[in-house]
Amino acid sequence: MFETFSYIALQQYWWMIVSLLGAILVFLMFVQGGQTLIYTLGKTEDERSLLVNLLGRKWEFTFTTLVTFGGAFFASFPLFYSTSFGGAYWVWMLILIAFVVQAVSYEYRRKPNNFLGQRTYEVLLFINGLLGTVLIGTAVATFFTGSGFSVDKMNITKLTGDKMPIISEWTGPAHGLEAALNLQNLALGLTVFFLSRVLALLYFMNRLNHAVMMERIKKQLLYNAIPFVVFFLTFAIWLILSSGFAVNPDTKEVFMEPYKYLHNLLAMPVVAILFLLGVVFVLLGIIRPLTCFEKCSTKGIWITGLGTILTVFSLFLIAGFNNTAYYPSITHLQSSLTIENSSSSKYTLVAMSYVSLFVPFVLAYIWYAWRSIDNRKIDIEEVNSESHSY
Amino acid sequence: MEHIDFSLVDWSRAQFALTAIYHWLFVPLTLGLSFIVAFMETIYVRTGNPEWKRITKFWMTLFGINFAIGVATGIILEFEFGTNWSNYSWFVGDIFGAPLAIEGILAFFLESTFIAVMFFGWNKVSKKFHLLSTWLVAFGSNLSALWILVANSWMQYPAGMKFNLDTARNEMVNFWEVLFSPVAINKFLHTISSGYVLASIFVMGVSAWFLLKNREHLFAKRSMIVASVFGLVATAFIILTGDGSARVVAKYQPMKFAAMENLFTGQQNAPLAVIGLLQTNKSEPGPNKQDFKIKIEIPNMLSYMAFLDPNAYVPGIQDLVNGNSEHNLPSYQERSQKGKLAITALAEYRIAKNAGNDSLANASLTTFQENYAHFGYGYYANRDVNELIPNVKATFYSFRIMVFLGLHFLALFIVVLILTLKNTIDKKKVILYTALWSIPLAYIASELGWVLAELGRQPWVIQDILPTIAAVSQVSASSVQVTFVLFAVIFTALLIAEIKIMTTQIKKGPGGHE
Ligand code: HDD
Ligand code: HEM
Ligand code: HEM
Repeated sequence: MFETFSYIALQQYWWMIVSLLGAILVFLMFVQGGQTLIYTLGKTEDERSLLVNLLGRKWEFTFTTLVTFGGAFFASFPLFYSTSFGGAYWVWMLILIAFVVQAVSYEYRRKPNNFLGQRTYEVLLFINGLLGTVLIGTAVATFFTGSGFSVDKMNITKLTGDKMPIISEWTGPAHGLEAALNLQNLALGLTVFFLSRVLALLYFMNRLNHAVMMERIKKQLLYNAIPFVVFFLTFAIWLILSSGFAVNPDTKEVFMEPYKYLHNLLAMPVVAILFLLGVVFVLLGIIRPLTCFEKCSTKGIWITGLGTILTVFSLFLIAGFNNTAYYPSITHLQSSLTIENSSSSKYTLVAMSYVSLFVPFVLAYIWYAWRSIDNRKIDIEEVNSESHSY
Repeated sequence: MEHIDFSLVDWSRAQFALTAIYHWLFVPLTLGLSFIVAFMETIYVRTGNPEWKRITKFWMTLFGINFAIGVATGIILEFEFGTNWSNYSWFVGDIFGAPLAIEGILAFFLESTFIAVMFFGWNKVSKKFHLLSTWLVAFGSNLSALWILVANSWMQYPAGMKFNLDTARNEMVNFWEVLFSPVAINKFLHTISSGYVLASIFVMGVSAWFLLKNREHLFAKRSMIVASVFGLVATAFIILTGDGSARVVAKYQPMKFAAMENLFTGQQNAPLAVIGLLQTNKSEPGPNKQDFKIKIEIPNMLSYMAFLDPNAYVPGIQDLVNGNSEHNLPSYQERSQKGKLAITALAEYRIAKNAGNDSLANASLTTFQENYAHFGYGYYANRDVNELIPNVKATFYSFRIMVFLGLHFLALFIVVLILTLKNTIDKKKVILYTALWSIPLAYIASELGWVLAELGRQPWVIQDILPTIAAVSQVSASSVQVTFVLFAVIFTALLIAEIKIMTTQIKKGPGGHE
């Protein structure tokens, strides 16, 4: 079946899969957002443990999505993997370290004799929540703002001279940290940070059975929604107004095009609709619980969550589709990566496409398994009665 | 090759080795314990005996503690291919990336979803569904081992690929050849069985500790039965597949084989040095040599082991380095010249192609294809051949220690099984102590297996095609030093935490009634 697809169709198919995984990842980073709210919301030990346990049952999921996102990106666009990870070394390393310390913190936090102490593990969760979201947002923003690197495949034939036989070279000495100092990148980083907190609050609303904390959650929802909207608008408006990295479809030459991303939206009305729908859903899910009295809907997490997925998904498509370079180089324009020049071979994409047919099946069992253990709201009694708790 | 930054290469290697070794401290226990827990829960569901539930839950708690840190150390490895081996990621990413992606889609989600049911589903889902979830966790963790080991085997024996000059990388041409290469099959089976052995030793050793402390007799003996049966079968399997692994090494990585056997000069009817003590010989020129200070050997055994024929010729280090015309072995000198031809032809091909000179491009293409099998050696033209020889001492000793420990475990499982069935194990203090102290030995055996496999293929990241010096990323050596230290500190702290938590949980015991 996939054999009959054209090469470019397969590349686009895989760009969509990677985009979808990225979008789901951003949604699932509500776990990270929640980790930064444990002390804000939980005033007693029991309350904090309740929150940690609520998040703890989902952290694996976010983590696995991140790992799969990385794997899928590697397999389908290896040149991105080698250019970005090897070049923006420090950003990725910090992101990784932030996730390493998260993985153990839930399990070890309250175990007796845990060496570092409960408080340390909570701090590690906070660090993961802060660095993980801000840096991932920053890294994604470089899809639009560009980085300084050059790619020359002929380097592997360099047996002498002053160059290592390495094809991708980063020009700045900061190895990625410079990205975090760029205000536009930071705007997206902070957007993701506040969004993840908003999502976490909505998730708590949905799953928690605790009247006192509910009040704090509602208050915090407002406090976090405002900066989220501000940063998001900053980034979105800037994106629409800025020039972008366009590719000439015939010569494959990369050039700067004014209003490129706006043009992409206009050229791909489906993507524009997805984007707008996404934004509306995100806001809708936030506004409903903010404006209700007494009995409130707790479905916000689903609405805002879906909105997040749609928005991020369409952002990725704007970055990669319609003859756009998704990983642009500002110092060496022609080295910019496009889905065409950075992908795997056709054979590999076909083989992997067969594997992608399993994805609906995976989603189905995840849904089934979660439904069977998440069927009611939880409170501290339930957490303490479980033989396994965090 | 003065332009190569060797300290960068070395630090990148050190960092990868550090993180891989840490990851491997936790993975084998996951691989095996997940099955042991599934066996135990199956017995519980079959018999309905709550004692078995208590047993299952105890080991499951330990599983969770170990699992978390296994996951934490794994993510680093995946991204390190990009961060530290970026050239490698391009050069072979077309083949290597696929197993990693498949692993995520097929295995990691399976594992992480059903782990949640396993831990939080006791009172929420039916017994049958819970049991199924436990089995799926075991299945999922072993499936994740499959894909990563396929990737690793492919680096030892690059099958199913072709170099594409236009994209300047290796591309996959046959997925099934990658998946079912003889190296992959042996590696997978041998490695997962090493996980089963390690986990069985772990369960047996911890149970022995309870008996030594005169606690939890029923619990300990029942755990011991499960562990020793599983361990015995797994050890038989490990020896079988270990033998198979050695044979594929002899076939596809003759230098690794010569190094791990310290066979300097090739010969027919080669003997196997069962025990040996090596001493570096500095007096002779040419490739470095290790003399045997002491050795006990079995005649003909090495030839037999490698090629199932006592008369077979086994090439030695010297033959591979200097060449041996009688046995049709090219020298490293020749291979680097040919490799250099291939590398130059690639450059010329690209230039000719860009200039539209098709006849020159075709000529370069032919030269390239004739010499591609030696591509990686080109980077070593005019360099010291010793750089192409793996560390003989490390591989030689690792191999022997691993094999001896394997035989030791075999004996131990048999003895423990018999004594447990006879119900006299409580009184055999020596055996109980041996079982307890075999826990670290299992970790040592397992880590040394990797030291053998990974150090033995030096300097290749991809055998004969891509050496470490051409695989790294363009970062400064000092950056890698900093991340190395960061990882060393973080992982060590987490390891200490894990061990403390684990021992505390063990001392607490399974709780409930005896
Ligand atoms: C408990 C651990 C354990 C035990 C008792 C053994 N092994 Fe092993 N061995 C491993 C754990 C291991 C491993 C960690 O799983 C390795 C590392 C890489 C691999 O493929 O498996 C390995 C590698 C490995 C290799 C290298 C494969 C390569 O370079 O690709 C050989 C030749 C053997 N083993 C042979 C044996 C033999 C003949 C054994 C006889 C008893 C044995 N091993 C016991
Ligand atoms: C988890 C078990 C493993 C352990 C303990 C282990 C151990 C090691 C060691 C000791 C080295 C250092 C060798 C050296 O550079 O001198 C190394 C290097 C390396 N290993 Fe492994 N390894 C493991 C699994 C893997 C797997 C599964 C892969 C690939 C899929 C892999 C790929 C590499 C690479 C790319 C290097 C760096 C290049 C090199 O120096 O050879 N390793 N590993
Ligand atoms: C160097 C190559 C390796 C890479 C890149 C790698 C990658 C990873 C990653 C990313 C995870 C976390 C998955 C999650 O989110 O749940 C993980 C966990 C795991 N890996 Fe590895 N891994 C490597 C070597 C190995 C080897 C050699 C094996 C087994 C033979 C193995 C078996 C597992 C298992 C069973 C887990 C589950 C968690 C645990 O360790 O307890 N890995 N690995």
